Amino acid sequence: MALNVTDLRVYYRTLRGEVKALDGVTFSVADGEIMGLAGESGSGKSTLAKSLIRLDGRMRHVGGTVELDGRTMPLSDDIGMDRFRFREVSLIPQYSMSALNPTRKIGKMVGELLDSRGERPDRAELERRLELVGLSKDVLDRYPIELSGGMKQRVVMVVSTLLNPSLLIADEVTSALDVSSQKAVATTLLGFRDRGLVTSMMVVTHDISLVYQIADTIMVMYAGRLAEKAPADVLVTAPRHPYTKQLISALPEVGVRYEDRRLTGIPGNPPSLLKPPGGCRFRERCPLAFDQCAEQPPFAEVAPGHFVACWKAE
Amino acid sequence: MLKLDGVSKIYRVGAFGGRELKAVSDVSFEVGEGEVVSLIGESGSGKSTLGRMILRLASVSGGTITLDGRDITSLKDRKGYYRQVQGVFQDPFSCYNPVFRADRVFAMIKEQYFPQAGADEWRKRVEGALESVRLDPGNVLGKYPHQLSGGQLQRMLIARAVLLDIRLLVADEIISMLDASTRIDVLNLLADLRARGLGILFVTHDLSLGNYVSDRTVVLRHGKIVEMGRTDLVFGDPAHPYTRSLLASVPRLHAKWTDALPEDMAEDVPCAYHEAPRESRTRPGLAEVEGNHFVACSGCGASKIKEKA
Amino acid sequence: MTAVPTVRREALHFALRNRKLVVGTVIVAVFLVAGLAGPLLFDHGPNDYVGPPMASPSGEFWFGTTTFGQDVFAQFVYGLRSTFLVGVLGGVLAAVVGMVVGFVAGYRGGWVDELLTMLTNIVLVLPALVVLLIINAYLGVRSIGVQALFIGLTSWPWAARAIRAQTFSLRSREFVDLARLSGVRTPKIILREIAPNMSSYLFLTFILLFGSAILIAASLDFIGLGPTEGVSLGLMLNNAARWSALQLGLWWWFIPPGAGITAIVGALYVMNVGLDEVFNPKLREM
Repeated sequence: MALNVTDLRVYYRTLRGEVKALDGVTFSVADGEIMGLAGESGSGKSTLAKSLIRLDGRMRHVGGTVELDGRTMPLSDDIGMDRFRFREVSLIPQYSMSALNPTRKIGKMVGELLDSRGERPDRAELERRLELVGLSKDVLDRYPIELSGGMKQRVVMVVSTLLNPSLLIADEVTSALDVSSQKAVATTLLGFRDRGLVTSMMVVTHDISLVYQIADTIMVMYAGRLAEKAPADVLVTAPRHPYTKQLISALPEVGVRYEDRRLTGIPGNPPSLLKPPGGCRFRERCPLAFDQCAEQPPFAEVAPGHFVACWKAE
Repeated sequence: MLKLDGVSKIYRVGAFGGRELKAVSDVSFEVGEGEVVSLIGESGSGKSTLGRMILRLASVSGGTITLDGRDITSLKDRKGYYRQVQGVFQDPFSCYNPVFRADRVFAMIKEQYFPQAGADEWRKRVEGALESVRLDPGNVLGKYPHQLSGGQLQRMLIARAVLLDIRLLVADEIISMLDASTRIDVLNLLADLRARGLGILFVTHDLSLGNYVSDRTVVLRHGKIVEMGRTDLVFGDPAHPYTRSLLASVPRLHAKWTDALPEDMAEDVPCAYHEAPRESRTRPGLAEVEGNHFVACSGCGASKIKEKA
Repeated sequence: MTAVPTVRREALHFALRNRKLVVGTVIVAVFLVAGLAGPLLFDHGPNDYVGPPMASPSGEFWFGTTTFGQDVFAQFVYGLRSTFLVGVLGGVLAAVVGMVVGFVAGYRGGWVDELLTMLTNIVLVLPALVVLLIINAYLGVRSIGVQALFIGLTSWPWAARAIRAQTFSLRSREFVDLARLSGVRTPKIILREIAPNMSSYLFLTFILLFGSAILIAASLDFIGLGPTEGVSLGLMLNNAARWSALQLGLWWWFIPPGAGITAIVGALYVMNVGLDEVFNPKLREM
């Protein structure tokens, strides 16, 4: 097992109290698995991604454990985490286009970065990796401003996978891109796994149809908890959680027209995570809700590899 | 109703404004009453610039934009124009001044357009407008922008436009910042407004959204129209390679990218513009390949030969 | 629960817990009260000859007396008054000019912006102190008001530049577009949409201008170009230097005004840093 997360809780400190952004999630990502992590804003998907790399000042690790390749990651120990970052777990951030220092040439920046990790840059390997994502080696002698958004994104992707991490986390890497570059970036991610440069991958996104294209499994989060995890095909064609069902039926696809079939959204809003209601958090908006929903349903395996947190999913 | 005729926008760039950047060149199309036209393009296609020109937030460098035959840039009465034409933008959070209550957008309309309306009467009108966009007035009035969700804020902006009895709404990427579970409701709302006779220009980069709601589609690339016509024709049988490649790149739920046929996007497919008979070239640079379906040259060999000559 | 009260309450919450802000405010307030109330304690003017010459501090004359038997403490509190006056007048004037130029240039853009930016840069690169010297020397400064006017008219440029930059970024925000779509006119947009969004910033600007006006006034006074009437902390220093207080060992003559100016300006800058932390959520974490 590459990644094992058990009952992970991470809260945000705010003036008005603690926001329970990630409230007890348990799942695992197998070796070689590309897991899509989907959810709406405030679902906790970005908090989960960040927790595995670095807790920022307002985040607090409240409970639960994360194991990577059998070793427990010290989430709240910023220095202890350095042994994992970049080598074992690597992140492609959401706005990686602006993550590059504009006053440094790309090559120099990469060298400094490796230096700070105590690694010696292997120029030949770097050039080979750039070629893999369709960049020529002379980008190393250019400044970030000379590259397009998609090119910068690919540079960051190469850099963050340079040490062959065991787990790569891609946080909304495609959301700021045009349709055609989206496809290129997503296929590149797929290539990293297929060439064995990274063992497993977590692709965080709000766009289920995009992640469906490359992921083996998709996990859906809602209001700080897990709703459903299943093989990508199963989740899209036969979802079992009422939230996933409604979410997928609300997505307009090319070919669906308003006159032919009027889609509907999910009425209501997600609950506040400051003082979340007990029981299932989707209860308020759920058409199937009944008495038992006042109790939190377990994230149970209803079919091989298919986990659902819903009493009615059996 | 709204008609664009050879509209261009040129930005001066460089140290002394010496170089010219053509953001939009020679774009012509119409939006009729009760019609949704989607303007589709990637970043840098000039689609938002077009929207801003129609809203008079950007100047027009060439061509004319007319509303009922009158040139909008020469209209002296700005307020009168905005009574008929309104816009909603991409980021609902940035449309509200964060230091004030969200319903200030309504107060601004009252102050500018209906100063004589009584407080009670006005409140009723606002509540009516909110209900027409399926918002509960009690839930949203008196709140600050950060207390409301993106979908609620976006619907309030549509309600604001409705208060003015507008005839044309420019909706610039209004869905892209919303969550999937609420975006379809806003999209349906546009369709409801259309049923009330409103013309809507729906600017988007998302083909599936444009396809869902619009009657006609205009595909822009680098500031030029590459294909336009009835939505079902453009999406059902795209004639321009760019439209085809866009369609192939859209992530779909029940088909993976790898299933798409690669030869479909090859460069050497015949150019629909030059294949079509000469008399079908009814608009500058566009050929009518079938009724109400126009396409531009694919950048094929024929045009290159012509350029050399 | 509403947000602006929350925001204000939040700001107050942090303001009261910010040591820099509290210390700075207390220091400035103490001097302000001394300047306002102090003169009421005396039945004589600051420049009257009331005591023995060159007396060291005592129960009767708290800060001692000058070579001519003037009460240094009386001069000090009167001087504080004029120092605050020049700070407020000069600071307000500079802030107003800076805001008008900054807002108009930032919002209108184009040739208006280029013209105003050029003007700003010209005033900015003028050696302000030298110009003030020349103006003061030729025109002669009779009153604190005139001195404040000169200071205000020369110290606005950097404020204008900063406000222009802020306005420039706010102008492209969509709520400004929306106000334009509502038919609101430009001056009203600046006043009611843009300015409220940078109120804390404007307040900081004013504090800094206030402090720099005090410093400039003190420098002018010290080199003998201060107001010919009245008394100020800078003039006290000027007199002390002119009558060789240092060589004669009359430390009580020059230390209070020097320390007063340093304390007020220093406290203002500390306040500024504190306010910055209060208004800027990112700095709160530190």
